[in-house]
Amino acid sequence: MTDDEKYLQELLAKEAAGELKPSERFKIPAQDMPTQDGVARRSNINEVAEGYTELEARLEAMRCLRCKTAPCIKGCPVKIRIDDFVGAIAQGQYDEALAIIKENSLLPAVCGRVCPQEVQCQETCTVGKKFKDPTQGVSIGRLERFVADRDTGDGSVPKVAPPTGKKVAIIGSGPGGIVVAADTRRAGHDVTVFEAFHKPGGVMVYGIPEFRLPKAIVQDEIDVLTKMGVEIVCNFVVGRTRTIEQLMNEDGFDAVYIGVGAGLPRFMGIDGEHLVGVYSANEYLTRANLMKAYKFGEGSDTPIAMSKKVAVLGGGNVAMDSARTAVRLGAEKVYLVYRRSEKEMPARIEEVHHAKEEGIEFCILQNPKRILGDDEGYVVGMECLKYELGEPDDSGRRRPVPIEGSEFTIDVDTVIVAIGNSANPLIGQTTPGLELNKWGNIVVDEKCKTSLDGVYAGGDIVLGAATVILAMGQGRTAAAAMNEYLAG
Amino acid sequence: MIDVEAALVARARKPGQFVIIGVSDDYGERVPLTIAGVDAEKGTIRLIFQRVGKTTAEMADMKVGSDLGYVAGPLGNPTHIEKFGTVVCVGGGIGNAPLLPIATAMKAAGNELISILGARTKELVILEDEFAAISDELVVITDDGSHGRKGLVTEPLKEICQRKPQPDLVVVIGPAIMMKFCCETTRPFGVHTEVSLNTIMVDGTGMCGGCRVEVGGKTKFVCVDGPEFDGHEVNFDLMMRRLGAYKAQEQRAHEQYKEHRCKIGLDD
Ligand SMILES: Cc1cc2nc3c(=O)[nH]c(=O)nc-3n(C[C@H](O)[C@H](O)[C@H](O)COP(=O)(O)OP(=O)(O)OC[C@H]3O[C@@H](n4cnc5c(N)ncnc54)[C@H](O)[C@@H]3O)c2cc1C
Ligand code: SF4
Ligand code: FES
Repeated sequence: MTDDEKYLQELLAKEAAGELKPSERFKIPAQDMPTQDGVARRSNINEVAEGYTELEARLEAMRCLRCKTAPCIKGCPVKIRIDDFVGAIAQGQYDEALAIIKENSLLPAVCGRVCPQEVQCQETCTVGKKFKDPTQGVSIGRLERFVADRDTGDGSVPKVAPPTGKKVAIIGSGPGGIVVAADTRRAGHDVTVFEAFHKPGGVMVYGIPEFRLPKAIVQDEIDVLTKMGVEIVCNFVVGRTRTIEQLMNEDGFDAVYIGVGAGLPRFMGIDGEHLVGVYSANEYLTRANLMKAYKFGEGSDTPIAMSKKVAVLGGGNVAMDSARTAVRLGAEKVYLVYRRSEKEMPARIEEVHHAKEEGIEFCILQNPKRILGDDEGYVVGMECLKYELGEPDDSGRRRPVPIEGSEFTIDVDTVIVAIGNSANPLIGQTTPGLELNKWGNIVVDEKCKTSLDGVYAGGDIVLGAATVILAMGQGRTAAAAMNEYLAG
Repeated sequence: MIDVEAALVARARKPGQFVIIGVSDDYGERVPLTIAGVDAEKGTIRLIFQRVGKTTAEMADMKVGSDLGYVAGPLGNPTHIEKFGTVVCVGGGIGNAPLLPIATAMKAAGNELISILGARTKELVILEDEFAAISDELVVITDDGSHGRKGLVTEPLKEICQRKPQPDLVVVIGPAIMMKFCCETTRPFGVHTEVSLNTIMVDGTGMCGGCRVEVGGKTKFVCVDGPEFDGHEVNFDLMMRRLGAYKAQEQRAHEQYKEHRCKIGLDD
């Protein structure tokens, strides 16, 4: 037995005897996540975070105080019984832990990897509070991933109720769509998912890169749907191939869920954005992920610029993913240009950390003024301005203000714009009577119902750019309302 | 030219729309192609394309009955068809293919139809008979004079614009450079000129922004705002640069494809 194993046994024995004091739990070192070497991973696309071992997971779980009020649950958008599942892991009852998570979340292997835990469950964790550092709280996300990954799938597929004769159409196969498909299918409805792309999975396959969320995990979830009898139709663009009106009036669908995600990428509106070598993050990542551009010339034939010096604009997850993808595609120098300070970056802390380890240069409090091109219209550089933080703005964050005369130029051949998206206009344009807000997002009530009867919506098309877990949460709400509507 | 079974697309498509195709279901290039025609009964659509990159070369080499990876569509907004009066349809090379359904619909809506078909040389003039059958007036013109008039499409276009009364609408589909010069030709006459843009595309649903063009000083997205725009407002220079973006890499993928075929003993 190793020392750590002995340590765990001692802790367990004390706990069983009711003698394990909080002070002793605080002494258990926070377990680090094993990761691929920072240099080696620059040239592969394998997952960076490798996941806890059993021993690490149980030790980490022992750090949880099982607080009576469980403040972590309040931070969880879908209210997973966190204290209970973490307790089950400490006891080595992994199936039990997974069952507890699955009561509320259908995609634990995904959420464990991509949720911004430090601003959700882990932000409010008592252990983190004690150390005055949310990253020192119980690593709830890593534990969630641990049990989800151990679930090798005994082949069991959720039970499906007898056929109701009702037909449900789901538009978009992102996390929201997947959850609605599972929940409505379980109720016995005939469910079809329509996806515009040639691969299902939404942002989880064409946005978030392999090194952060392996495609196989998403594929497993899709396979479960298929086994449950959900039909998935790819290359079907609702609004063009068929409109929602046609699906409902001519094709016999009784209810529809719209989960088409975020839409048109925003650009800065500066000079040079039409130059060759300027991409939206969506285009860049889609080319790289869905079409495996990183294998260009060996079986995959998406043309993507072989960039050497790359500037990524933005500070969110999308910006981190773009920068880290550029590194893996062979860029020698990658700058991440963000106009606020690092503290304000909306990206997950872990991604910021990994990006730095991979050699990405953070240029904070800077913003581009224009992109420079050569005679043939290729990007050759970017002129930036330095910024400083001024008074707080509406969001409570200090507003960055440009420092006059601070212009300087960086030498780049590629610029990736990752400053957000506006709403996808296609469904709105082709669905009369569907109420949109002034930004073009679909308006829904607390049950995720739209202004049209039988039509529900959720995820990024409703919330603007949100998260996987929020899309999933809305999917659950919508599915419950749809099942109720179809039963009535 | 190929006919592809895609019943839903065939049923929904209207003149002016396009599809995105890919030859392998897994990973590979997604290529936007305009729809040249449709057989609603058979549920097929007709795609006409030139071998330019690897994907189109693979498609051209397909045998009848083989599976194309996938077809998504129809995409883009349909052409606005109504009775304008006199409509001039100008097609350049392969652009005649998507132009034909538009010209046919314009004629059916009661317009007087003048068609101008241009190409480099005789062999590249396509669909001439089809246009002849529907046009009130047809001009064929080739760069080398091997067929029809010798010269560029802008010459007959200018003559037609000089007529009294002027044509009410000009529709141009062809290479970017040709559309640009047609727009320059009609601009002084103030004749409204619609062009159909064929940009780089990835998703075709308004997600990636790869298809962005500058129209009237604003960024527009061809897949959701287009593909047709007021040609006098389009910044063709920017668009042509962006179209050039992937030339070199496409060439490389195409070369490798050819090499691969040689190795397995096929000719190209
Ligand atoms: C690069 C990147 C990194 C991210 N990182 C994180 C992260 O770390 N953590 C996190 O929580 N969130 C992250 N997000 C956000 C998260 O992925 C989204 O909030 C979430 O996926 C939204 O889910 P959704 O159900 O709205 O659908 P989406 O995942 O957006 O999927 C929508 C699907 O609908 C399809 N579609 C669109 N229009 C049509 C149509 N007309 N007909 C048919 N199908 C259509 C699309 O092709 C797509 O597959 C990231 C996003 C990106 C882009
Ligand atoms: S807040 Fe932290 S310590 Fe308390 S129950 Fe939740 S995970 Fe455990
Ligand atoms: S093709 Fe992606 S936005 Fe138009």
